Amino acid sequence: MSSPHSAAGTSARQSAPAVQVADLHKTFGELEVLKGVSLTAKTGDVVAIIGGSGSGKSTMLRCINMLELPTRGAISIKGETIDMQPDGRGGLRPSNTRQLQRIRTRLAMVFQSFNLWQHMTVLGNIIEAPVHVMGVPRDEAIARAEKLLERVGLSDKRDVYPAFLSGGQQQRAAIARALAVEPEVMLFDEPTSALDPELVGEVLAVIADLAREGRTMLLVTHEMKFAREVANHVVFLAGGVIEEEGPPDIIYSAPKSERLQKFLATVQ
Amino acid sequence: MGPELRSWKEPHRLVLIAIGIGIIVFAAVNMRWDWLPRYSGRLVEGVGTTLWLLFLTSALGFLLAVPLGLAQAAGPFWLSGPARAFCTVIRGTPLLLQLWMLYYGLGSLFAYWPEIRESWAWPYLRSAWPYGVLALTLSFAGYEGEVMRGAFAGVPKGELEAARAYGMSPLTAFRRIWLPRAIHRALPTLAGETVLQLKATPLVATITVVDVYAIISRVRQDTYLTYEPLLLLALIYMMLTGVLVLAFRWLEAKVPVKSS
Repeated sequence: MSSPHSAAGTSARQSAPAVQVADLHKTFGELEVLKGVSLTAKTGDVVAIIGGSGSGKSTMLRCINMLELPTRGAISIKGETIDMQPDGRGGLRPSNTRQLQRIRTRLAMVFQSFNLWQHMTVLGNIIEAPVHVMGVPRDEAIARAEKLLERVGLSDKRDVYPAFLSGGQQQRAAIARALAVEPEVMLFDEPTSALDPELVGEVLAVIADLAREGRTMLLVTHEMKFAREVANHVVFLAGGVIEEEGPPDIIYSAPKSERLQKFLATVQ
Repeated sequence: MGPELRSWKEPHRLVLIAIGIGIIVFAAVNMRWDWLPRYSGRLVEGVGTTLWLLFLTSALGFLLAVPLGLAQAAGPFWLSGPARAFCTVIRGTPLLLQLWMLYYGLGSLFAYWPEIRESWAWPYLRSAWPYGVLALTLSFAGYEGEVMRGAFAGVPKGELEAARAYGMSPLTAFRRIWLPRAIHRALPTLAGETVLQLKATPLVATITVVDVYAIISRVRQDTYLTYEPLLLLALIYMMLTGVLVLAFRWLEAKVPVKSS
C-alpha cells in the first residue's frame, strides 16, 4: 500500500487538470439553473463559456470558487477536490473553510461590475490579498503591483481611488488585482458587459495578452469574436446543460446543434 | 471646488466678519467681564471635562454601535431583534429621562445592597460620573447603531464577494473591507451625530457632574449675571463644534468621494 503522499501522488497532481467540474447542479428555489454540467480545463487552456442570458454560465463560473454553492457535484482544482458536505437543506456547503480559502487564493476572479474596494487606492486594491491573505511582505507586494500596473497601463493611476477611474480603467485595475495573487486559474465573469462600447477594446486587449502567455482562464463572455480569437475551447451552455463544446473554429463555423446555430445567428 | 476652498474675502463674508467683530467689541465694552479671571481655571477644567466626556462616550458608544449595527444588518433574529429593540428604546426616549433613570433609579437601588455599599466599587457607584458616562454612551450607541446598520447594509455586495473570492476569512473580510467601508459611508452622519453628542453633554450637569455648563451656572449664581456667562458658553460650544467639524472634514478627505 503506497502512502497518499508518495511521488506517484505528486505527479498525478501535476498532470491533473487545472479545473475539473463534475456533474454540477444548482437550484435556486424551484428553478434548476444547472442540470449536471461537467467540464475540464487543462493547464494553459483558455475556455470560453458562451450562451444566452439565463443559460447558467455565470452561475457555473461562480460555483467554481464557491461564491455560489452547488446543490450537487464536485469541483477540483489541480486535482484537489473542494471538500463539501450536505447542508441539511438538500444542498452542499464547504466542509473545510481553510481549504476553501487556500484554493480561492489560487483562483482569481474578475467580475462584471469590477468590485474594486472603493475605500482603497488602486495600489491598495492590488496588494490587499497578497499582504492580508497570503502574507507577502508589503514592499515585495508593492514592487510586484507596480509591475502589474505597468502591464495593464495604469502606472499613473497608482494612488487614485477607483471612483475616479473610467470603467475600462477599473476593470484593468481589477485584472491587475487578480494577477497579483499569481493565480493558477483566472475566472472572468463577463468582464466587458458593464463597459461602454468604446472601453471594451482596452480590456479585451489585456485579456488577450494574458491568454497568449499561456494562463489558464475560464471566460464567460458575450464577445463572440473575441472568444473565437483567444479561446482554444468553447463551451456552449443552454438551459443548464452543455449543449455543445469544442475548438472555436468548429463551434463557430460548423455548429451541430440547432440551439447553437440559432444562438450564433442572433448574436452575430 | 468645495465651498471651504473659497476665499473669505467675498463681500457677504466680509459683512458677516464685520458684524461679528462689532458684536464682540460691543460685548467687551458694554458688558461685565471682571469675573472672568476668577473663573478661568475652573472654566478650563470644565471644558476639559466636557471634551473628555464627549470623546469617551463617543468612542465607547461607537464600539457598541458596530455590533449593534452589524447584528441588525446581518445577524440572526435572536441578535437583530434585541439590537433593534435597544436602538428603538434609546432613540424613542429623551436622554434626560435615560440619565435620571440610571442615576436616580439604578444608582439608588445599588444603595440597598450592603454587599455593593461595602465593595471597592461603591465610591465609583456613589458618584455621578459613571452614570453620566453610561447614559451618554448608551445614547450614542443607540443612534449610531442605527446609522451603522444602514452603513453595513449599504456596502455593495460585490465588494464583499470579491473579498471572499480572494480567500479572505470572514474576520479578515470584516476587518479589511466591510467595517472600513461602512465607516467611510457613515462618516458624514457620524460627524453630525458627534456634534449633537457634544451638545447633549450639559445634561450631566443635572446629576452634579461638573462640566463647562455647570461652571457657567455657578458663575450665574455667584455674580447674578445672565447674559455674559451664557454668551461665553455659547462661544465655547461653537468653537468646540468648529474644531469637531474640521476634524471630521479632514478624516473624510482621506478617502475622497467623487462628487457628480
